[in-house]
Amino acid sequence: MSVSVRIPTILRTYTDGAAEVTGEGATLRDVLQKLDADYPGIGARILDETGSIRRFVNVYVGEEDVRFVDGLDTPTPDGAQVSVIPAVAGG
Amino acid sequence: MALATAEITTSNDFGPAVGLSCRECGTRYPLGPSFACIECFGPLEVAYTWSGPDFDGAAPVTREQIAAGPANIWRYRALLPVPADVAAKPNLAPGWTKLVKADNLARELGLRSLHVKDDSGNPTHSFKDRVVAIALEAARTFGFHTLSCSSTGNLAGAVTAAAARAGLDACVFIPADLEEPKIVMASVYGGRLVGIEGTYDEVNRFCSELIGDPLGDRWGFVNVNLRPYYAEGSKTLAYEIAEQLGWRIPDQIVIPVASGSQLTKIDKGFKELIKLGLVEDKPYKIFAAQAEGCSPVSAAFKAGREVVQPVKPRTIAKSLAIGNPADGPYVLDIARRTAGAVEDVTDAEIVDAVRLLARTEGIFAETAGGVTVGVLKKLTEKGLLDPEAETVVLNTGDGLKTLDAVASGARPTAVIRPSLDAFRTAVVENS
Repeated sequence: MSVSVRIPTILRTYTDGAAEVTGEGATLRDVLQKLDADYPGIGARILDETGSIRRFVNVYVGEEDVRFVDGLDTPTPDGAQVSVIPAVAGG
Repeated sequence: MALATAEITTSNDFGPAVGLSCRECGTRYPLGPSFACIECFGPLEVAYTWSGPDFDGAAPVTREQIAAGPANIWRYRALLPVPADVAAKPNLAPGWTKLVKADNLARELGLRSLHVKDDSGNPTHSFKDRVVAIALEAARTFGFHTLSCSSTGNLAGAVTAAAARAGLDACVFIPADLEEPKIVMASVYGGRLVGIEGTYDEVNRFCSELIGDPLGDRWGFVNVNLRPYYAEGSKTLAYEIAEQLGWRIPDQIVIPVASGSQLTKIDKGFKELIKLGLVEDKPYKIFAAQAEGCSPVSAAFKAGREVVQPVKPRTIAKSLAIGNPADGPYVLDIARRTAGAVEDVTDAEIVDAVRLLARTEGIFAETAGGVTVGVLKKLTEKGLLDPEAETVVLNTGDGLKTLDAVASGARPTAVIRPSLDAFRTAVVENS
């Protein structure tokens, strides 16, 4: 499944400044693994030592926060938009 | 994070601030419009000359110097990331709001000593004026031309008002279904007000994406890329409460929780006052208050969890309706560290508490104030709050912003002809 992945400003050093890159995979886990293969080191910025999404990272597939879906097992259908966003406070 | 040429600052621009530091992993960064750690995505905080272990104990300011300052937050400028001449620049000069001795409410609840810190007295009638004032100064320093935010309502008005005063453009983003008074208030100051079809969390996500896009270039989002500076504004609540109590930290305090930022900074403010020798070192308890319809932090606290599971908000307390609170884990840490608690109240309890505070103390709070007073009542009934201890409860905004919450049942006692007989019959004999 080909998806597009939105990269936050602080991770664009890994993608040569690209704000959006093409990803591949049937689930978010697959997409992040492929992303790390294409841009070595970026995976460890999004996932912690246990392989979980970091506490201060929000990941969306389409409009859905993956924590409301299936986490890393969230399906990523063809053409889906994956967004990686720093969690911010404020109101 | 590399800073663009226009963003490089001198230390004087930020007073006693010396850099930014990741709250999670401690990685240090120069002062700039950055908010998340490159290493771990943790939130960046302002670090000061007194932040590190090498601090020599010499406070940058005395109680007397503070007391001689203006009757607004700039009396604490030596403890904030702002230049010494900040008060001379166009701003709303918020703060130094009333600390109301609430004897009637205390009697009703069975408490010995209770004060209400009433932040409805700020220029746009909520505590948000404090945080925006600091963010505005940072925006000016970084050369931003547009002041922006994602907002549950109060912040939008605080930003558009501050931008109007400072002569900056404003473009603020809110959930489209906000209370009408907050929409009116945010738009009356000019600037652009954009309603997003979705929850606050979706608005926040949109703004985070906008920052990384050329569309948002040179924009200062007060609670995103200016968040480290913005958040420091909430420390002034701690400073004021302590100063107004006679340079004493209260034994216990009840604080509302939306993102959790305010609570963490009030705790930071108390700790700084102790570290700088401006108040006596003593234990204090921090209690966090949420609405039941958006209580992810309360749920985590009660379940003994470290992780805050996001929720979809459903509450009349819209200013607290943040289902994915970024500072939630820190609220848990602070409540546990200080032997406090996190509690929540239903919408009906919120409305009752708004009326209770108004009826006993003449303070008309917005729904967030109903949450704190409702939680104060609930904690007292549960025996979690010491009725003999000196207690402070926060009211963060004005009831005129959330009129709908208490509008039902708000009717004249009677409608009569202008005659004494009619008055006697309809009012006196029916009392």
